[in-house]
Amino acid sequence: MRRPRATRRPRATTWAGWAFLAPLTVYLLLFFAYPLYRNLDLSLRDYNVRSFVQGGAEFAGLDNYRKVLEDPAFVPALTHTAVFTVVCLVVQFTIGLALAVFFSRSFRLSVTLRGLFLVPWLLPLIVSASTWAWMLNSDSGVVNSALSLVGVGPVNWLTSPDWSLASVIIANIWIGVPFNLVMLYSGLQNIPAQLYEAAAIDGAGGWRQFWSITLPLLRPVTAITLLLGLVYTVKVFDIIWIMTRGGPADSSATLATWSYRLGFGNTLPAFGPGAAVGNLLIVITLIAGLVYLRVERRRYAS
Amino acid sequence: MNTRIARRRTLGAGLAALVLTGGLVACGGGEGGSGGAGSGTYTMWDPYPQFDDTSAWVKLLKDCGTKAGVTVKRTGYDTSDLTNKAMLAAQQGNAPDVLIIDNPVVSSLAEAGVLTTTEDVKIDTSAIDTNLLGAGQMDGKTYGVPIGANTLALYYNKDVLKKAGVDIASVKDWPSLNAALAKVKGAGKKGITFSAVGTEEGSFQFLPWFWGSGAALTKMDSPQAVAAVSLWTDWLKKGYAPNSVINNTQTTSWQEFATGDYAFAENGTWQLANAKKAGFDYGIIPIPGVNGGTAPAPTGGEFVTVPVQKQTGRYATSLKLMECLTSTDNLFATDNTLSYVAPTAAVQAKQVAANPDLKVWVDAVKAAKGRTGDNLGTKYPKISEQMWTAVQAALSGKASPQDALTKAQTAAANAQ
Repeated sequence: MRRPRATRRPRATTWAGWAFLAPLTVYLLLFFAYPLYRNLDLSLRDYNVRSFVQGGAEFAGLDNYRKVLEDPAFVPALTHTAVFTVVCLVVQFTIGLALAVFFSRSFRLSVTLRGLFLVPWLLPLIVSASTWAWMLNSDSGVVNSALSLVGVGPVNWLTSPDWSLASVIIANIWIGVPFNLVMLYSGLQNIPAQLYEAAAIDGAGGWRQFWSITLPLLRPVTAITLLLGLVYTVKVFDIIWIMTRGGPADSSATLATWSYRLGFGNTLPAFGPGAAVGNLLIVITLIAGLVYLRVERRRYAS
Repeated sequence: MNTRIARRRTLGAGLAALVLTGGLVACGGGEGGSGGAGSGTYTMWDPYPQFDDTSAWVKLLKDCGTKAGVTVKRTGYDTSDLTNKAMLAAQQGNAPDVLIIDNPVVSSLAEAGVLTTTEDVKIDTSAIDTNLLGAGQMDGKTYGVPIGANTLALYYNKDVLKKAGVDIASVKDWPSLNAALAKVKGAGKKGITFSAVGTEEGSFQFLPWFWGSGAALTKMDSPQAVAAVSLWTDWLKKGYAPNSVINNTQTTSWQEFATGDYAFAENGTWQLANAKKAGFDYGIIPIPGVNGGTAPAPTGGEFVTVPVQKQTGRYATSLKLMECLTSTDNLFATDNTLSYVAPTAAVQAKQVAANPDLKVWVDAVKAAKGRTGDNLGTKYPKISEQMWTAVQAALSGKASPQDALTKAQTAAANAQ
């Protein structure tokens, strides 16, 4: 015999719960899911200016992706993106960690100095990128005039295909150090001082303490710092665009600047391939992030 | 008791959150339509954000509206922003009634079916210089009227040339220009500055030399084209031009010239006001062709266009607004404000009478060519992108002029 199930009337708190959930859900759908869907749709259709406005772009499957992958600009852009990301992450992290350890020993003015190191982070990117471009100018830049004082000939930082990528990397490292500094500094605060005291009693020197205590205990913070750094660095666009526009002759073009150039760089936008490059960038970040998380988890478990 | 109050509070907060969400959705779904035919409000978009509501330009727009018996709602956008804005607006069916847009974009928008032809709106274009109208023509149809034109010429610094012993009258073709640059360098001054940046601006600046060599955009790897790229490359190699030109925009290039160290600068009509403020004596000559004469420079400047509307009844009023903006008196006022050369002979004569300095610019504009002309239309953007890349590759030493141009021609042909 079936007993009539008592239908539970939703209580006020349940309703309130849903109501609280609504803003976030709507926000995510509106500003995250929909743009992502549109970008995917753009990349799978054969858009030209006419069909973009009038509608009726034909479904093209993976044609745009094929076009992008076969483009002679693809491999250089991918290589530049990889070099840019890896070099920036490694150097930013190393400098950030060194500074964090340095500032963790409180000394006079350490707070003020630490505050000053945050400046690159607070400046609008257009300001810092323009300043770097001005400093690295071949003819009137302050870097070249400083180099000439020590007898080094002028370097065409932004206008030589051999140096342009290095220049944007230098600028991006400078901008990224404060983030690493702040994250790692806060991580250091959580390592109990007793551990260092005990290690000192056991006769461990500063270097030994760093490798055996600081670095292992900092691992969770390291993981999140590098992961966030990766996501941020792979998609860097403004600094490169302002300083070199990906040039000269694509020598500092990354996937991000290439995508922009396809979509908005000339008066006849190629939305399909532009969106395809953008999606590739998302996939690359996602894969890199997942791999990194998995490696970290495994190391954690062992 | 307490729990009940707490529950009520939670519910209240939840309701507030819900209301907030409603607001968010409403904002997202809202659409700023341009109003129906009967509303009497006509929208106009232009790429002159530097002018606010108190400026002569915006007052002119409002006056034209009043004369046509409607209210004008004007928005000024950044040039590079306006193309995308116009395309998105057309996609959503709320394009402005009158759109003033950079001339190389006209063919792209026409291709997209966003613009009406001058036949549709029945505007008379017979007074307009045909070389200027060319930028707005595709397959025998005209998609707008130029509001004014600018182009490039060579500014020179009289003091620098005097010290170097160069007589400007001797600079007539490429060899004599090279000789002048050599003398300037010999005198310890800097030769010439221009912009070879990796955007449309770089192509715009290169075209006078490209066309001046006799090259055509349909064949970028011709010997003439190689000669033009080699001319620039040699200037860098010999130190006549600074290496920074590879990254210079026209503005930063002008700033170099304004230091007073440079003999020449390739720049546009719009720098005239700054030239007067530069604090040294300057002159202007047209850009010479390889064997003398004036090289055709590309035309810059905007077109007044009428985007396609669902309610075709609106065109009659749009026509009135367009005619008002391009009437002789208003063109004269507008082009003086924008530092442009007018598109009609009558207004050009009036401009030169008022300011004899403009004579050289009027001549340059008469010799100028539309970038999208020669029926290139929407092929031009792809060609241009390959051209500026080739110029950058050659100037930075990444490839020889010949190799860079061969690669550009192949890529441009493949992209079509």
